[in-house]
Amino acid sequence: MESNSFVPLVGQVVSRDRNRSKPNVFWRMGEPIPAKLDWSLRVLSLVVPLALWWLVSAINVVPSKFLPSPIEVAQAFLGLIEQGVFFDDLRASMMRLGIAVFLAVIVSIPVGIAMGAFASVRSLLEPIVGIVRYMPATAFIPLLIIYLGLDESPKVALIFIGVIFFNTLMIMDAVKFVPKHLLEAAYTMGGSRWQTLTQVIAPYVVPNIIDAFRINMAAAWNLLIVAEVIAASEGLGKRIVIAQKFFRTDEIFAYILVLGVLGFLIDLFLIWIQRVSCKWAVE
Amino acid sequence: MHLDISNLRKEFATTEGFITVLEDLNLQVEQGEFVCVVGASGSGKSTLLRLIAGLEQPTAGTIAVDRQPVIRPGADRGMVFQDYTLYPWMTVQKNVEFGLKLQGVDQKERREQASYHLDMVGLSDFSQSLPSQLSGGMKQRVAIARALTSRPKILLMDEPFGALDVQTKESMQQFLLELWARAGISILMITHDVQEAVFLSQRIYVMTARPGTVQAEIKVNLGSNRDSDTRQHRLFKQYQTQIMQLLTAPSVRKYETVSKA
Repeated sequence: MESNSFVPLVGQVVSRDRNRSKPNVFWRMGEPIPAKLDWSLRVLSLVVPLALWWLVSAINVVPSKFLPSPIEVAQAFLGLIEQGVFFDDLRASMMRLGIAVFLAVIVSIPVGIAMGAFASVRSLLEPIVGIVRYMPATAFIPLLIIYLGLDESPKVALIFIGVIFFNTLMIMDAVKFVPKHLLEAAYTMGGSRWQTLTQVIAPYVVPNIIDAFRINMAAAWNLLIVAEVIAASEGLGKRIVIAQKFFRTDEIFAYILVLGVLGFLIDLFLIWIQRVSCKWAVE
Repeated sequence: MHLDISNLRKEFATTEGFITVLEDLNLQVEQGEFVCVVGASGSGKSTLLRLIAGLEQPTAGTIAVDRQPVIRPGADRGMVFQDYTLYPWMTVQKNVEFGLKLQGVDQKERREQASYHLDMVGLSDFSQSLPSQLSGGMKQRVAIARALTSRPKILLMDEPFGALDVQTKESMQQFLLELWARAGISILMITHDVQEAVFLSQRIYVMTARPGTVQAEIKVNLGSNRDSDTRQHRLFKQYQTQIMQLLTAPSVRKYETVSKA
């Protein structure tokens, strides 16, 4: 810029502005990015790891027995579907998960709402729930086997234990944040406490309850596999253990990928429920 | 006497002991009257309204509506809050119906009543909208319709237009006056806006702060047909000045005693 030292100040300002007129789309903080860029990045996020995997397996630095190629994994998965194994596993796992989550819904929603709405219930239950929730659910496995055997019930119980306490506390927190004025408005229209609880507090926290389940579904998903790895005749987790015995890394890869995709689909399903049931809370 | 408050006292417990928010407060509202309570912030005027609504319990004194002592909240005292208190998951129609639903009125009757009151506040076209789709002024009109639909004997309003911009506020005041004339209901409104109080009410209670009590009661003789011209009226400005002086007087006195000492 030495040779340009005669350029008046105004000129410099203009040229600086010109620099600014090309905003850096990629690094804008807290701003959305164009839809096209958004989708390209999303595709990259999946394609790049897949390509790397394929590349590493193709150049054979790792024996394919240890790192099967994407094609081999896909073939192994199709094989499991053809044998009818996959859908049996899927059904068994989803059943366990479904029952456990259903029980968690029945217990954590009323208890969480009661804890949030009544300080007395909160004082009574918060200390014990607060401690028990930090006892790892997996530490209960031996007891569950002693008490409940090796049937379905200990598996359902494990998932239930892992989800129920966090879920209850999260619902409690949501209820605590219901604006007091909304309750008072109901009282001034002649509403009883029970009516206010069921017709004001409960509908207000539905989106939060779904959020709580979305978050705790990760733990449920985890514990489902743990339970099946330990003792089961079928299930997604069980198949991984069987595959290990026969050194079928391709099947292990296939099921791990499937677990990821299924978990993701469950999350999408819960988001969809939230969209449909709580239009008012979405955007 | 329609609403009768006598020797009302309210204390709140804090970490530094008891604070007296209201003391020796006497106030009456006649059937069909529009009364405002003005006071600076901290004068306990919101507490007063919450006590009448039954949302708080008085430390001493009595509150009665049509000779019935107030013990708990009830549909006989409708309330419009300063914050928007519409239920965000209910349509406008459902919001307005809600009071009757709580009272166990059947759906057909509820729908008729709600439509009638929505029409009254000029929002029939928005009956299927969600509250989030309405402007601030519209939300408060729905809140008023909702309070009226529950068939209260008296309507309590806690700075209902406090969050609105000046233009909207003035049109809402005009709207409220017309609504009051048509519905023939008694209204007790709390506000810190002196102009609003003079424009709306037939009588004004001016409160002092800490502890809050009534320091003056002013009859507003501006007739029953009030519009934007009323605000330019000489008498209007006189009332305004008089009340402003009452509201600022105590702090001036305090300042004088400090400077003498």
